[in-house]
Order: sequence, then structure tokens, then C-alpha cells
Amino acid sequence: MFYREAGEFSTSYRDDAQTFPIAFDRRRYYLVLAVGFGVIPFFINDYWANAVLIPFLVWSMAALGLNILTGYCGQVSLGTGGFMAVGAYSCYKLMTAFPGLNIVFCILLAGLITALVGVLFGLPSLRIKGFYLAVATLAAQFFFVWLFNKVPWFYNYSASGQINAPERTLLGVAITGPNADSAVKYLFCLAFVVGFAWIARNLTRGSVGRSWMAIRDMDIAAEIIGIDPYRAKLSAFGVSSFFVGVSGALFFGIYLGAVEVTEAFGINQSFLVLFMIIIGGLGSIFGSFAGAAFMVLMPVLLKNILVGGLDWDTAIATHFEFVIVGGLIIFFLIVEPHGISQLWRIIKEKLRLWPFPHDH
Amino acid sequence: MHEQLLFALEVSLNGLMTGVLYSLVALGFVLIFKASGVFNYAQGVMALFAALTLVGFQSGQVPFAHLINAVFGSNIHHFGWHLPVILSILLTLLVMVLLAVVIEKLVLKHLINQEPIVLFMATIGLAYFLEGFGDLMWGSEIKRLDVGIPQGISESIENFTFESLGYGFFIDRLDIVATAVAAVLVISLTVFSQYSRVGRALRAVADDHQAALSVGISLRYIWVVVWSVAGFVALVAGIMWGAKSGVQFSLSLIALKALPVLMLGGFTSIPGAIIGGLIIGVGEKLFEFLMGPLIGGATENWFAYVLALVFLVFRPQGLFGERIIERV
Amino acid sequence: MTEEAMDKPSDGVGCGAAVLMDIRNVSLRFGGVKALRDVSFDIREGEIRAIIGPNGAGKSSMLNVINGFYHPQEGEIWFRGKRRPPMKPHTIARHGIARTFQNIALFRGMSTLDNIMTGRITRMGLGLLSHAIWWGWAEREEVQHRERVERIIDFLEIQPIRKTPVGRLPYGLQKRVELGRALAAEPTLLLLDEPMAGMNVEEKEDLSRFILDVNDEFGTTIALIEHDMGVVMDLSDRVVVMDYGRKIADGSPQEVRNNQDVIDAYLGVPH
Repeated sequence: MFYREAGEFSTSYRDDAQTFPIAFDRRRYYLVLAVGFGVIPFFINDYWANAVLIPFLVWSMAALGLNILTGYCGQVSLGTGGFMAVGAYSCYKLMTAFPGLNIVFCILLAGLITALVGVLFGLPSLRIKGFYLAVATLAAQFFFVWLFNKVPWFYNYSASGQINAPERTLLGVAITGPNADSAVKYLFCLAFVVGFAWIARNLTRGSVGRSWMAIRDMDIAAEIIGIDPYRAKLSAFGVSSFFVGVSGALFFGIYLGAVEVTEAFGINQSFLVLFMIIIGGLGSIFGSFAGAAFMVLMPVLLKNILVGGLDWDTAIATHFEFVIVGGLIIFFLIVEPHGISQLWRIIKEKLRLWPFPHDH
Repeated sequence: MHEQLLFALEVSLNGLMTGVLYSLVALGFVLIFKASGVFNYAQGVMALFAALTLVGFQSGQVPFAHLINAVFGSNIHHFGWHLPVILSILLTLLVMVLLAVVIEKLVLKHLINQEPIVLFMATIGLAYFLEGFGDLMWGSEIKRLDVGIPQGISESIENFTFESLGYGFFIDRLDIVATAVAAVLVISLTVFSQYSRVGRALRAVADDHQAALSVGISLRYIWVVVWSVAGFVALVAGIMWGAKSGVQFSLSLIALKALPVLMLGGFTSIPGAIIGGLIIGVGEKLFEFLMGPLIGGATENWFAYVLALVFLVFRPQGLFGERIIERV
Repeated sequence: MTEEAMDKPSDGVGCGAAVLMDIRNVSLRFGGVKALRDVSFDIREGEIRAIIGPNGAGKSSMLNVINGFYHPQEGEIWFRGKRRPPMKPHTIARHGIARTFQNIALFRGMSTLDNIMTGRITRMGLGLLSHAIWWGWAEREEVQHRERVERIIDFLEIQPIRKTPVGRLPYGLQKRVELGRALAAEPTLLLLDEPMAGMNVEEKEDLSRFILDVNDEFGTTIALIEHDMGVVMDLSDRVVVMDYGRKIADGSPQEVRNNQDVIDAYLGVPH
């Protein structure tokens, strides 16, 4: 009823192209931001921060990255875990090699390094397509896990083979290390994710995003109307890996503080992020968030119900998680290939027209 | 020098045996891909599931025991009988056929005419589902699989090579059996697809779905057949790998090894799957032998992928794949 | 009349105009299959040039050679008075050649507006960084090009479907959007591959009007493949007829209509 565009007219092409053309949407978006920055930090506790909110933000970042490559540009990658590892280990090496370097720059530089690596591994996409490429990206996955496991320079020759984030501060407040407050960590991640989501939106709304989508929808026609496929694909690989690298750096530096590559960045993480964007919605920024939220919350919920509530074995809960995730992937691919974001769009459409069933 | 060379030869021989097993898994992929255009990521998990089921039947495990115990607070685990090997293999085969029917009904039927990459992602979902389901059904602890295949280093080969070459080759008898079984399987599958009625229908479907439908071939029937055959291949692979290193989660990872094999051999070619498997089996063992000590070892984890990747950049259709002509 | 004069059309816009594209002795093979055999013809500035012929005559291959998707083994292509070296299709698009496709090749995941905006990609030059920031350059560029695109949307009378995903549009409208996408590039040479295929009479009339308008108002040179002889005879200034990869006739619509080889090719005589 209140969700209406009646009486709202775009008077310029600029207005017409804005992200939330309907005023109600715009207001809700600002409200979410206000709650995220202004309310949640005061009520947050360690459990919520570490089990739900921070992982949600970190995975949203990774999902945004993969969605740019897979959802917008149509190149399926199974190397996300490997690229996250590149981000994490670059961040670690930068933090320990240049102790004076600000943590924000460490993370951004880690993203940049991952972007370069991503472009390198994107080169085969110029020759091979579809699942051939998907399988080829597994090379990155296995190679990097092996590299960071076997070459001691990357973990500074530590006996455990782990990397540990040293304490770094921003404006005098500890961001990484054991003394960092969970509300601070949450806010830091939130700021990064909101900033990068804005960049993702900007990149996908103009000619860059259209060249990606054109390659996704019909690559041959795209090339014939003037899109350089090399440039489009490699830029998608680069941008996507930048996001994924930053998420890896946040995953290691802020969320966990200490990681071991085979556990933290194995192939299951690659699939996890892929599932996020399938369930959330391919080619949708909102979908990246929805998918990340779903995949983070579902196991927590399941664990709380089955283990906490019914007192079952943890192993059974884990098996159920596999069954449910696998089943849902198939379900979404069959019933709603555009995921939660499409369901959301349909609900909005119905609300807009309510109480009438159709437009005309 | 002579010693080194012989050692390298032994490494290659062992690689060849491993390669045969890769080929076996890759064969399951090729069969399904040819007939339905589906790149079945779940092939490895199917092998795990088959092996789990086989062990379960053989040792008389109660299906879903853990779950039943959790729900009802009971404490059941075994029926207390042991089934003969042949019977349990037949029962497992039945389960795999049933699985093929269910997959066709619940998944494939609804995804006709979807893009290959969507089907691929669906099979990743299937892999997750089946993995969780298998563990729920039979439990996730490591199990020993024993169907009476001889195991251990073959003494006769060691003695023979020691006498003739002055250097004893260590070769596992299981590997020899596996090689023989894989060879028989490959030959019979080739004969099946070339000369049988169903095989001909299968190739027709692979060539053109529409045309096959128009001459009265039932697509859905063919798919069930193909997925059953793939289930059978998965069972054989599961037995071999399970006997070699126990039935556990890592068994499903052999599928990941079969992927570069396919990229190398071409997704549509049965000889490609075999030769690709052999190349990768020998290649990764030799690379580890030559380079492993220099760069930290365990290169088998990625060598196959990087090899396939480099290869694909120069020959995108694989060794034996059909050349792709792009059209507007 | 001299032989040379015979080749010239007796009427039409292209008469006496400069040659825009000259195709000289082009041959194209796929393995053993000869798709084009020693084909030569020219396209003059401002004319509507039709390429006709039975199925499999090599018409689409010819268009694919013109926009660089196929590279002929022999022959030369001269464009605007210069010999064109082998180029990638996207570079050729930047030189002012746009096209539509026989089977609609729209970007199905995008709206009408986005599809046509994509057509302007050759004229949009900003990089990743300015897009990431958006405010300023990228936004200004977007709005400028939007204005041009809106003009095309008005011209093709597709305002109501501006924001509709193209996958939901009926066939005829999809064809029109595809024409819009090609026009958005403001091409010098527009290639249309069977623009009227599968249309009813009314839709054909509409589209013919658009093609003539494009030719008249923007002065765009058009090369089109079409099977509907009525349309070809009415629209085109000159016609090339192909059969089995060879050119069998070239001239004004009247001339080719009376050409014995053309009649044989269409009605069929034993070769």
C-alpha cells in the first residue's frame, strides 16, 4: 500500500538511472545503513559478532567478488578459496614486512596483488569457456593451497605453519590481534563491505558492467558489436579477484586472526561462495548479501536446533547441512535460477501493484 | 645412473597403474557427458556412496543408524549378519540404478534445455547432497573394504625383475588387478556403445537430442541407462580405491583428479579419457620424483591441473575432443 | 551501352557515389568446404545493397567476412579506399561497421535500454577507475549517451518497452531492438542478416520503412541479406546474387530479375 511509485517522476536521465528509483526503497536502504553503523555496534556481543555478523560481512565481500565474475561476466570460477588465500597471505606478508604500514593499505594492497594474480589465472578464459574454464580455475585453488603450505617463506617459517595477525591499530584503536574489540572489528568490516558494494554497484551500472553482461549473455555477438572480449573478461577477473583478495585479508586479519591454509581456504570455501551466489542470485548485488546471510545463518541455526535443542551429535548436524545445502542448490537451479534476489523482486512487484494482480 | 633410470621406470609404472584408476573415474564422466551433455561433478561422490553402501551391505549395517539412535535414543548399529561379496555387490548395483532413476526424476527432468554450466552446478549440489546423505545413511567413520582382491607387493614381479634387471620392482597386486578390471571395463563399454541397440540409441542422443527424440528414442530412458552405467563404473572405482586406501571422504576427491584427465583427453572421447588418465598418472608421479624434492613435495595436488591448464590454452578441445567451430 | 555501364545501376542513391567497401576475389574455406569462391563486389556510399541467393549460397559467410568474424584465405577487402589488414571483429566495429544477426543475438539478461546502450560501447571510452567512482566522468558519459539512445528509442517507437528485459519481448520487437542496438553505434556501414525473417506482412512493412528512414535520414550505407524478393526489389539500389559460394549476378534489381543464371539458381537446373 505504502510501496508505490505513483507521484514519483524522474525528470532527468540521472534520476532515472539511480540505484533505488522508488523513494520507499531509498529510505529503507538508508535505514539499514543507519542501524548497521549506529545501532548494532552498541548491542553487539562476542558470540553474535564472531559467529554471525563478521563472517556474514566477510563472506558477502567474497560473494560480491565472485558474483562480478560469474553472475555478471558469466565466467564460473572454482578458485575462490585459492584467491582468498592469496589475499590473506599477501596481507600477512605486508603486515609483517612493513609494520608501519596502515592496516587499511595492507588490505587494499593485498586486494591489488590478488587482482594481478586473478588476471594471470584469467588468461586461459580467452581460449576456453564454460565448465572447461571452471575446471581450469581449480588449478589456482590447488596450486595456491599447496604453495602457502609448502613454501615456508609465506608463513615466515613459523613452526606451526600458521599465520597470525599481529596487532595493528587505526586511529589508536586496535583492529587486528587479540586485543581488538568485536564491535570495532564489526564496524571495520562493515565500512569495507559497504564501500566495496558501492563500487560494485558503480561498476555494474555503466558501460563496464554492460560489456561484462554482454559477454555473459552472448559472447560472439558482444565481440561483433565492438566489445573486446579480452578486456572484458580480464577486467572481470581482476575486479573480482580484488574483492575476493580483500575478503581473504579480512577473513584472516579481522575475523579469525590466525589461519592455516589447508583448513581455511580449501576447495570447500570455493564451493561455499559459489553456493552463496547461486542461492542469493547471480548477477545481483543484493543477492550476494542474501546468499552470504543464508549460508552463514543456516549452519548456525541448524546447529542450535539439532545440537543445542535436540541434543544430537554434531556430526549428524553437519551431514544434514550437506544434504540441505545440496538439495537447496538443486532446488534453486530448477525453480528459481536467479535466487533469493529474484524472489525479493517478485515480492516487491506484487506489493507495488497490490491489490491488483497485474500491471495492465 | 642405471639404478636411477630403473627407479624412474618403476615410478612411471606405478604412475601408469594409478592412471588406469583415474581413467576409470574419467570414463564415468565421459559416458554421462556424451549422452546427456551433463558434466557430472558428483561422479566421485557416487563412487564414495557406492563403496559406503557396499561396505554397509556386506557388514550388515543398519541404514541411518545414527539418525535413528539420535531421534529415538536407541542403540542399534548392525543387523548381525554378513552378506557374501557377490550378493552385496549386486545389491549395491541395484541401489545405484535406483539412484539413477531418482536423479533423473527429481533433477535432470527439470533441467532439460538448460545451459551446460547450470547442469554442472546442479551436479555440484548433487555431490553435496549425496555426500551428506551417504554419511547420514552409513556413518562417516573410515571403513575397511575387503572384497577379496589380493593386496600387497607382488613378490613374483619383484623376484623376476631382480633376476633379469638386477633391480626389484615394487608393484602392488591390487594395482595389477585394478588395471585388468579397468581394461575389461573399458573394452566392454566400448563394445556396448558401438554394437548394442541401447548403445546406438545412446550415441544418437549424444549427437542430437531433438533428432533422437523424433525417431522415437526415449531421452529419459537413455538418461537412466547412462546414469546407471555411470553408477556401475562408480561402484568399480569405489571398490578399487576403497580397497586401496579405505572408504572415507577423501575417496570422493578422486573425482577432482579425473577432471584434469578429462580436460586433457577431451570430454567426449573414451580413448581420450584412458590416454589422458595414463598421461596424468605417469606425469604426476614422474614430476614428483624429479621436482618434488626441489620444491617441497606433494606436487600431485596441483600438477595435473596445471598440466591440463597449460595444455588447454594451446588446444582448447583436448587431445581427442571434437574441434569447435564457432558460428554466429 | 558499354559493358562497364551495364554494371552500374540505372537508378538509386548509390549511382555515381564513391565506393565505401570493395571486396576483391575473396575465397573462404572450412577444411574442405568452400564457403566462398573468388567473390568480388563493391558497396557504394549511401546505397542499400542486397545480397541474395538460395540457402547455403554463402551470404552469411560473406557478412561474417565483412565484419571480421571469419578470415578469408584469399582476397582483399578495401574499406574507405584503404586495404584492410586482418582485424578482430571488435576493432572492425570501432571502424564503423555494425550488424544484426539472422537468429536474434540480443543480450537476454538485459533490458531494451541496456541492450541499445551496449551498442554505443564503441563510443564510450572511460576505464575501470572512473566507473568505480561513478560520480563525475562516468555519470556524465552515461547521461550523454543515454540522450543519443533515447533518440533511437523514439525513432524506432519502442518507448514503452524501454525497461523490459528483452527475453520477454515478442519476436518482432526483439528484431527492432536489435536494429536499435546496431544503430546506436552510428555505423558507416550497417549489415542486416535477414532482418525480416519470420515476420508477418505488417511487421515487414514497418521494418522496411525503418530501413529506408535510416538510409535517408542518417545516410547510413546498408548491406542486407533477405529472402523476400518483394522486399529486396523495393528496398535495394543494387543486388548481388550468390549461389554455391560464387557470385552469379550483380546489378540493379531489374537486371538481376531478368538474368538467366539467377532464374536457374532459384528454379534449379542440373549443374
